[in-house]
Amino acid sequence: MDKIVVPKPRNLRRNAVVLSVVFLIVGSAVFAGFNPIEIIENFSKGKRLLGRMFLPPDWSYSAKVISPLLETIRMAIVGTFWGALTALPVAVLAAGNFLKNPWISKPVRLILNVFRTIPAMVLASLFVAVYGIGPFSGVVALSIFTFGLISKLTYESIEAIDFGQVEALMSLGADKPNILRYAIMPQILPQFMSYTLYGFEVNVRAAAVLGYVGAGGIGQTFEHNLAWRNFDRVGVIIVISFVVVLIIDFVSSHIRKRLV
Amino acid sequence: MIEFTGVSKVYPNGTRALNDINLKIEEGEFVAVIGLSGAGKSTLLRLINQLIPATSGTVTFDGTDVTSAGGKELRNIRRQIGMIFQGFNIVKRASVLTNVLSGRVAYHPTWKTILGLFPEEDKQIAYRALQRVDILEKVHSRASDLSGGQQQRVAIARALAQEPRLMLADEPVASLDPITTIQVMDYLKKINEEDGITTIANLHHVDLALKYSSRVVGVREGKIVYDVKIKDIDKKTFLADLEKVYGRAIHHDEMLGEG
Repeated sequence: MDKIVVPKPRNLRRNAVVLSVVFLIVGSAVFAGFNPIEIIENFSKGKRLLGRMFLPPDWSYSAKVISPLLETIRMAIVGTFWGALTALPVAVLAAGNFLKNPWISKPVRLILNVFRTIPAMVLASLFVAVYGIGPFSGVVALSIFTFGLISKLTYESIEAIDFGQVEALMSLGADKPNILRYAIMPQILPQFMSYTLYGFEVNVRAAAVLGYVGAGGIGQTFEHNLAWRNFDRVGVIIVISFVVVLIIDFVSSHIRKRLV
Repeated sequence: MIEFTGVSKVYPNGTRALNDINLKIEEGEFVAVIGLSGAGKSTLLRLINQLIPATSGTVTFDGTDVTSAGGKELRNIRRQIGMIFQGFNIVKRASVLTNVLSGRVAYHPTWKTILGLFPEEDKQIAYRALQRVDILEKVHSRASDLSGGQQQRVAIARALAQEPRLMLADEPVASLDPITTIQVMDYLKKINEEDGITTIANLHHVDLALKYSSRVVGVREGKIVYDVKIKDIDKKTFLADLEKVYGRAIHHDEMLGEG
């Protein structure tokens, strides 16, 4: 039989993409002054620090960690609550398939995008400047951060609903509030609750570092001990926070799996 | 009861779905609308309750102009018109009862229905509707737990709960098996005959149209090309006449064999 000869694929585009990605990474490393050798050179310093933190940690300090850790979790809970509560109605306005009025949905989405580009840390430092040092500023920051996160995910869920159920409610004479209540909410509520739990997971982690800018929680204790070079206490904080975050993530993701 | 006068529908993408439709439907009729996919059957049905607005012409329901109605007036027209769909379109994450009660929302103030406050009388209407389609025992089931045929019966019950004067059925049996198809069509026929509810159904199968309807309307490329009362149909030439609707004659072996 004759050998079949097909023309070779033209890889010009692919090669160009690969080349520019490599260039981007290497270029960024050079400009950022990142050098892997430096990591190895400073290895002994790092090892010494790890030793002072974890060999052994100052376990007697554990009791003092509990209270700020609980404050962190409380901040996350309250922040998630307000964030989710405000996100739901705004998500409805942002969804293009409910009001069908781009003059409302487009500007609302634009505002949501602006909210989402601000990191929680930046929000926290702003609110510390406004409301002073303490968990209140942290809660306000987390609320806004959660609001941005959940409203975006929720409005996308609303836009992905089965529109047939909406059409059915329209056909029997339902007005907008009833369409929302009977055709849209039942479809998105499980997802919304899942996003809220996810928001809570993210918030526990975010709340743990907010203390760095004075917004309350475990971060403040962490920063304080680091400043005083109490590395064995820093070790305890890291270990306990790690375990708590892990447990919360595990429980929350387990519930989320069952929701959707 | 329903009158189309010079109705056309052009979609924003330029598709001319319906072209100068004139059609009059009398109280109590069971009209089967047949035609190829994309012929404009669904559009025709949706113009009656303005789920799709007409581009030109008027549709009247009991003398009221539907095409120009909006807001509360439109909702008052719609609540008198039940509609069932190929995809059932019941709220899957809600109970059967909630689904059927939702057929009553246009009769009460919004704040009450939002809170789920339906009077006992409405619950009785809902139970009776479920009983009509023999599915009362599923009243507290979650809709998603029901089979396709059961879901369509819940959809019929929801439409019945509206106490409608007109029933629109958009391919009501296209996603059902042959046995359930007969059941659902039987319910629609029974409701049409016993309650005198005018019924308009889009159907894919010519034999279902022959068996259940009192009048067959054929749509092709946005125009009504066939309109005959069942009692006037000449059985010998009927299949050949369908060439007007489908572009070619229908053969005996293409029938379901259920008629």
